[in-house]
Amino acid sequence: MGSNGAGKTTLVKHINGLIRPNNGRVILDGTDTKYMSVAEIARVVGLVWQNPDHQLFLDSIKKEVTFGLKNIGFSDADANDMCNRTLVRLGLEGFAERSPFSLSGGERKRVALASVLATEPRVLALDEPTIGQDAKQKKKLIELLKELNTRGCTVICITHDIEFVIENFPRTIAMADGKIIADGSTHSVLTNDVVLERCSLTEPELTIAARSLNKRFSQVSNRLTLLSELEDAITELLGGI
Amino acid sequence: MTLVDINDFSFKYLGAESLALKKINLQIEAGEYIVITGPSGCGKTTLCRTINGLVPHFHRGYIAGNVVIDGLNTRESKVPDLAPIAGLVFQNPANQLVTLNVEKELAFGPENLGVDPTEIRNRVDSLIETLDLEHLREKHPHEMSGGEQQRVAIAATLAMQPKILVADEPTSNLDPKSARVILKIISELNKEGMTVMLVEHRLDLVARNATRIILMNQGSIVADGPSREVLALNICDEIGVGIPKATQVYKQLKQKGIDLGTVPLTGEELAVLVEEVRSV
Repeated sequence: MGSNGAGKTTLVKHINGLIRPNNGRVILDGTDTKYMSVAEIARVVGLVWQNPDHQLFLDSIKKEVTFGLKNIGFSDADANDMCNRTLVRLGLEGFAERSPFSLSGGERKRVALASVLATEPRVLALDEPTIGQDAKQKKKLIELLKELNTRGCTVICITHDIEFVIENFPRTIAMADGKIIADGSTHSVLTNDVVLERCSLTEPELTIAARSLNKRFSQVSNRLTLLSELEDAITELLGGI
Repeated sequence: MTLVDINDFSFKYLGAESLALKKINLQIEAGEYIVITGPSGCGKTTLCRTINGLVPHFHRGYIAGNVVIDGLNTRESKVPDLAPIAGLVFQNPANQLVTLNVEKELAFGPENLGVDPTEIRNRVDSLIETLDLEHLREKHPHEMSGGEQQRVAIAATLAMQPKILVADEPTSNLDPKSARVILKIISELNKEGMTVMLVEHRLDLVARNATRIILMNQGSIVADGPSREVLALNICDEIGVGIPKATQVYKQLKQKGIDLGTVPLTGEELAVLVEEVRSV
């Protein structure tokens, strides 16, 4: 996380070799990436861009999703099979023959995600995946990421969505002015006022609610982060039913 | 006066199988602040495009019904005729940045509308200040981050001083603090008389400023009313629209038999309501 221009996208582009460091090294799974081409890194690291239109370039979604697969050696049959499964997972079944450019912004984001997910990278980096997604799609995305992570995939997510992070990610790295200013458990990083200030973040809605309640009723903790906790606290205050 | 009058309007993009907009009926009075929301693919962007004439003049397809903007029917009036009335900020700001630096970008619109050069200079300087673009003045729009591009696109549209500002997720690439700054500016412009139509998923940011929320699903309008009424409806959860957390808490409590009375949109409003109920 970090404010606009802090260097988040620039940092992540070093992970898949699109940008090479001026100083220092980027070591991927024990190998210095300076010995690896972008194509070689692509077998391990999948990057989903902030603007899907920057990575969509074919005239059908099926071609888009099978492109990566065929380039890493999948047979046509296997590629098609994986493509179908990936499309179903992302709620895009039935869209295979459509042009990506005939879809809405949010849908195109999912196509870009599908084209990267299909290759089952060991490291998945997503640049602002929740932008333009409705609540239902965000929920499905998080389920997908959790499932991938359980199966061993490393997930790196650039996002401004503080609730998305607090509810789902154990570790948060905060950046400002090209530097990492905090790196640790999400709870400790995102309850640090200096971090929130320097990264231009605002408190999550539930924390604001908890603080407002705590101002009036000291028995309510001002550090509640779950909806159910807030509900229970209010129910208790109002003496139950 | 009715600034936007959409009557039984339907639209299908050329080559598409289904209608993007189905018999839309929508009237917007001057001075309103409308928020349009709904699940991915429901027609929000298409609706925005009907206001400045990109539908049907740039995005060709089948149309039925009429869209009348400030008295001009968009079947006859073209995009340049509508540009001084309706300004559209695109979902993807890079698609509307056309010059070599920010100054030129902000001047482009008013220059094309024949605005006096001194006035153009005033508008450019004023917008650079308001939208915090000074450090980007000489920078090439395509060398900026998504968030910076978004601020430039908003400024370039405001430079034309349109009667209605239509903005398609204008803060999506911005960090929360910058988003609040922009929305505050838009809210202030609205109080000064500019009509606003905003497409937004993050209702917690805009629900309080909006005079009306319009919910869309699969090309149709499924709800239209004041924020507190619409966000309390069950259809929001059914179609997957994210409502403010405070409103969610209100609804959960109501289901358990606890009625807080008014629908809260923020954590602070929620706390005030709890206090009131408790003291009764």
